[in-house]
Amino acid sequence: MNRLNKLFESKKDNLLSIYFTAGYPELNTTLDIAESLEKAGVDFLEIGFPYSDPVADGPTIQHSSEKALENGMNLNQLFEELKDLRKRISIPILLMGYVNPMVQYGIERFCKKAAEVGVDGVIVPDLPMYEYEALYSKYFTENGLSNIFLVTPQTSEDRIRKIDGLTNSFIYLLSSSSITGKNLQVSNAIEDYYKRIKSMQLKNPAVIGFGISNNETFTKACEYARGAIVGSAFVKFLETENYLEKIPEFVKAIRL
Amino acid sequence: MKYGVNEHGYYGDFGGAYIPEMLYPNVEELRQQYVQILNDPGFKAEFDQLLRDYVGRPSPLYPAKRYSEKYGANIFFKREDLNHTGSHKINNAIGQILLARRLGKKRIIAETGAGQHGVATATVCALMGIECVVYMGEVDMERQAPNVSRMKMLGAKVVPATSGSKTLKDATNEAMRDWINNPVDTHYIIGSVVGPYPYPEMVAQFQSIISLETKKQLLEHTGNELPQYVMACVGGGSNAMGMFYHFLDDESVQLIAVEAAGKGVESGHSAATTFLGREGVLHGSRTILMQTDDGQVVEPYSISAGLDYPGIGPQHAHLYKIKRAQYVNITDDEALQAGLLCSQLEGIIPAIETAHALAYLEKMTFKNDDNVVICISGRGDKDLSTYIKYFGY
Repeated sequence: MNRLNKLFESKKDNLLSIYFTAGYPELNTTLDIAESLEKAGVDFLEIGFPYSDPVADGPTIQHSSEKALENGMNLNQLFEELKDLRKRISIPILLMGYVNPMVQYGIERFCKKAAEVGVDGVIVPDLPMYEYEALYSKYFTENGLSNIFLVTPQTSEDRIRKIDGLTNSFIYLLSSSSITGKNLQVSNAIEDYYKRIKSMQLKNPAVIGFGISNNETFTKACEYARGAIVGSAFVKFLETENYLEKIPEFVKAIRL
Repeated sequence: MKYGVNEHGYYGDFGGAYIPEMLYPNVEELRQQYVQILNDPGFKAEFDQLLRDYVGRPSPLYPAKRYSEKYGANIFFKREDLNHTGSHKINNAIGQILLARRLGKKRIIAETGAGQHGVATATVCALMGIECVVYMGEVDMERQAPNVSRMKMLGAKVVPATSGSKTLKDATNEAMRDWINNPVDTHYIIGSVVGPYPYPEMVAQFQSIISLETKKQLLEHTGNELPQYVMACVGGGSNAMGMFYHFLDDESVQLIAVEAAGKGVESGHSAATTFLGREGVLHGSRTILMQTDDGQVVEPYSISAGLDYPGIGPQHAHLYKIKRAQYVNITDDEALQAGLLCSQLEGIIPAIETAHALAYLEKMTFKNDDNVVICISGRGDKDLSTYIKYFGY
């Protein structure tokens, strides 16, 4: 059982996860940011590794990726920054990014290295299920890494069940079919979608992401799932001066 | 077909559908329906009728007399430049708009580089009365300004892509983002043989009319439907794939794909993908792309907006890897000179994209009775300002 499973077993609701792009706004701050977030009471983290063409991301995360690349962030640099991860941080850590940088690094090598530094799981939005199953799942399993899949309001029930069978930590529910950085809208249709997922009684817990930016949207999301993920809003916050010191305030404002 | 796609959407090692979950239902809907729709007699009849009466097909296969004299072979121009809207792009746009209508879509999005695909898409949307949004790199909007006006006049909304290099790859990113945000009512008309499966296959099939006609026309002209050489320029590779399609299994036919070397392959300002690229994933398919050691996509350069793309379609990557086709490249200067030569020898001002294919004739050695077909993928009206600036006319 990895850290993610333990977390979901020990804490039943209102889980808060934060996403940030490694290397933004500057290099060598990944663990400092992570540590501040853990201290502020965040339950688990998603650390993005930047890509030049992030098609699933809105302007905020696009900008952070561009900046991080300019700063010199890449997978070698990231794993170097994560060297002491488990000396400083105890909450679950996921890496999130697009497949091409992983392909160039070598997916087997990536999985090994991620496990070695103490990463618990990976989210790769553009790695399809077929390729994952046929080519790469063995590397994830061998290294005890969870692969987290996204589900949208348009994902069919069959496919959700398949995803539920392929993963062993949680399911990442998108609040709508959209790129990152939009505001959560709860319409009747979306409410039905959350209820539909709940009624499916999946083996994996669900966490809602995309469009969660403040206490209101976080609370709303937690009504329907075990927790929620804040991404663009936090990345935007990192533009503020002395952001490390202000992280507790940011988290407090989400949780209230 | 020996070089065709397998059930998972792969051509050898290339292809697939590397897309975020948000796009899965759209792409899956297409995958499940496109074969059936394309084979439906009603669809075929409508497609053929529009290609004939609206586009003006078949496009002529013109025996280029003075070119033949100059290069010492029988050179034929497949005149896609004579199509309505001025390039091969309309073939695919007609096919996809008919498909979109059958899928019940109410809104069309497209990306464009040179603007040819954008114009073709805006045209078919006007024809069908469907809303049209075209994404175009800000840089391309400047260098292809007449096409921007054409799209607007046709009723399309043109949205500038302002990220990255502000060219075709960025326009494609923006179109994909739009599609993610509008998953139900929108169809994305991809303009080249790129993107997640089934796009590369679907676009290739719509463009395959080029080689289908060429075979018949060559038979009339030469008594043999097979030439020695078939040549075309390659950005993403749709005119080349259409030009190669029905010749792929005829192994005696040498296929030559001409990429844009920009200021030279070693200059750091180039779009010669097979020369400079490595295997990876771009815009939804596994293919060959220009990238850094860390897997970041490199911003390409070519004077020709239609070839200014860091990848190639997955089927091209396959044909390259197994050496079924030969991939070569031509610089900006060579292409512009070839554009001028074609204008003055044949009275045809070609698109700068097309001029790359023509320029490669200079580097070939022919036997006297060789038959050579070059795809004249588009006309040069849109490039006049570039030509004028270069030659000082």
